[in-house]
Amino acid sequence: MKPRAKIHDRRKSLSPAVIPMYLWTILFVAVPLFYILGMSFLKKAETWGVVMEFSLESYQGIFNPAYLKVFGQSLLIALLTTLITLLLGYPFAYFTARLPKKWRSIVLLLLIVPFWTNSLVRIYGWIILLQGNGVVNSALLGAGIIDTPLKLLYNIGSVLTGMVYALMPFMILSIYNSVEKMDWSVVEASRDLGAGKWKAFLTTTLPLTMPGIMAGCVLVFVPSVGLFFISDLLGGGKIMLLGNLIKNELLSAHNWPMGAALSIVMMAVTLLLIYLYKRVSGEKSLEGLL
Amino acid sequence: MTNSILTLNQVSKRFGAVEALKELSLDVKQGEFLTLLGPSGCGKTTTLRIIAGLELPDSGSVTLQGKDVTNWEPNKRNVNTVFQNYALFPHMDVFHNVAYGLKLKKEKKPVIKQKVEEILNLVQLPGYEKRMPSQLSGGQRQRVAIARALVNNPSVLLLDEPLGALDLQLRRQMQTELKRLQQHLGNTFIYITHDQEEALNMSDRVGVMNAGALEQLGTPDDIYERPATPFAARFIGQSNIFDAVVTGKDGGGTLTLSYAGGTIKAKGEAQPGEVLTLSVRTERVRYEQEDRYGFQLNGIVKSHHYTGGLLRTSLLLSNGDELTVSGMGGGDNRIPTGATVSIQWDPACSIIVERRGTA
Repeated sequence: MKPRAKIHDRRKSLSPAVIPMYLWTILFVAVPLFYILGMSFLKKAETWGVVMEFSLESYQGIFNPAYLKVFGQSLLIALLTTLITLLLGYPFAYFTARLPKKWRSIVLLLLIVPFWTNSLVRIYGWIILLQGNGVVNSALLGAGIIDTPLKLLYNIGSVLTGMVYALMPFMILSIYNSVEKMDWSVVEASRDLGAGKWKAFLTTTLPLTMPGIMAGCVLVFVPSVGLFFISDLLGGGKIMLLGNLIKNELLSAHNWPMGAALSIVMMAVTLLLIYLYKRVSGEKSLEGLL
Repeated sequence: MTNSILTLNQVSKRFGAVEALKELSLDVKQGEFLTLLGPSGCGKTTTLRIIAGLELPDSGSVTLQGKDVTNWEPNKRNVNTVFQNYALFPHMDVFHNVAYGLKLKKEKKPVIKQKVEEILNLVQLPGYEKRMPSQLSGGQRQRVAIARALVNNPSVLLLDEPLGALDLQLRRQMQTELKRLQQHLGNTFIYITHDQEEALNMSDRVGVMNAGALEQLGTPDDIYERPATPFAARFIGQSNIFDAVVTGKDGGGTLTLSYAGGTIKAKGEAQPGEVLTLSVRTERVRYEQEDRYGFQLNGIVKSHHYTGGLLRTSLLLSNGDELTVSGMGGGDNRIPTGATVSIQWDPACSIIVERRGTA
C-alpha cells in the first residue's frame, strides 16, 4: 500500500514550472467558458444586457424548429466540409510527403503563404471569382461552354467551396505530418508478401496515417461548425449556420443568454461527436487535441 | 543448369551518379544457403531488392524458376524478404503479421490458423499470436519477421542483414537457428551480411562483393583459404598481402620468389621474372628455428598484441614491410621484442591473388 500512496502524492503535487501555464488556461479558457455557461442560464433584459435571474428559457428556446434546422444544416455543412477536405487533402498531402526533400518545403510554403493575408480578403476574392460576371463565368462564356452565366454564388455550393478553401491547410498539414513519418519499408513488406499497390495502401499506409486523418478531421470539423463570416459572405445571408445564429443573437438581437446557450450546445454537440468517433474507432491519438 | 532456381544475368543499376551494380551475374542453386558478403555500399542490398522486385534493374535480367521476372511486380514473385529493420506491421498483432501473406493468397481460415501456429512453433514463438510488435524484444521481432516471410513457402527467401541489430550472443544463437530452419525446410536462402563470421558459419556458398561487382563466389573454405582477389583476401580474415618476384620454379609446382631481401616459396604456375601479389593468412606464418620449407626471410619482433585467445605479433622486415603473425596466446614463451627471427610458412599457404606482369 505504501508505495502506491507515494505515487498518488507525487501526482497531486504541482511543479512550480507549470503554474504559469495553469494560470494562462484558467484566465483565458476556464473563466470565459464559465462566464458563457453562467450567462446561458440568465434572462434577457427588456432593452439591453441581462437580468440576474436563473432561467432555462434560452435552452427551451433552442427547440424552436427554426433553430434545430440551423443545427442540422451546420452539422451537415461541417461534415461535408470535412469529407471534401479529406478526399482532396489526402492525395495532396501524400504526394507532397513523397516528393524529394527540397521540393516538399517549397510546396508547403506555397500552401501556407496565402494564409498570411487576411482571411476576409481571401473570401472576397472568391466572390470576384464566382459572381455572375466573375472570372469563372467569363472564362466559361468566352470558351463557349455555356450561354448564360451560371449562378455560382450565394448557395450551399459557394459556402462549401469557401469552407473547404479556408480549412484545407489544417487537413493537409495534419495528414502530411503522419505520411512523412511513415516507415516505407512496411509498405514494401506488404508488397513483398503479395499485396498489390492499392491493397498495400489500404492495409498499411491508410491505417498508419489514421492519426493524421483523425487530427485533420477534428481540426476541420470543429471550426467549420462555428465559422460565420464565410456563410455570411458567400451565402449572401441566405445560408444560416450555427455561427451566424450565435453572432445574430449576440450582436443584432442582443439576446446574450440565447447566444450563450447556443454556444454551449454547439460545444456539447461537437464534443459528443468527437467522443463518439473516438469510441467507435478506438482511436487514442486525439487525446492531445481534446 | 538444371538445378538453378534463380539467375541474375549482367544486372546493372545506377542511382544518379552512383553505379550500384556493374553487370552482376549470379546463379543460385535450388535449396542452397548463399550469402552475399561485402562492406556497406557494395551493392548487396540493391541486388536483393532487384531480386525481390522492389527495385528494377537498368539492364540485365532476373530469371526465377525458369521465368524471366525482371519487370514483374514484387507481389507477383514467389520470393519473400526479411527486412533489415524487420518492417513488421506495427498496427497488427503477431498473428495478423504472419497471416498477412496467407490472407492475400485467399487461404481458408482454419488453414491460416494452422500454418501460423506451425511456423510460430518453428521459430520458437508459440503462443505469441496476440502480442503487438511493440511488445516484443529485438530477437522476437526478428523471429516474427522470419516467420512472416517463411509461412508463404517462398522459392527463395531473401534476408537483408537480419541479425545486424542483435547483440553478439543472440546473433550466434540466431545463426544456428536460421541454418537449422533452412536445412529443415529446404528453401533457398539468400543472405546478406557484412559480418564474415556469419557468412562463413552459415553458408553453403559465399559471394564476396565489392563496388557493385562479385569478386569471388565459392564455398566458405574456398573464400577463406583461397581468396581470388586482393580485396577478398583483405576483407575476410587477416592476411599479409605483398608483392614478390618469381626467381625460379621446380618440377613439383613450387615457386621460389624474392621478397624483402630474402627468399620465400609459393605453390602455383608462374614464369621467372613475374611479379605476383601474394596473400598469406596471419595464422599460417611461423617463426621457428628449424627450417622446413627452404625460406630465407628474417624479421625483427616489433610488438605483441594480446587479445585473449590470440597473440598477434608484428614482425618488421628489412624492406620496411610488416608481417603480422597470429598464434595461440600463451604468455611464457613470447619472443622478446627486438629479437631477430626467421620466418616461414607452408608454400601452399602463399595464395596468388593478383599477377602484376614482369618486373
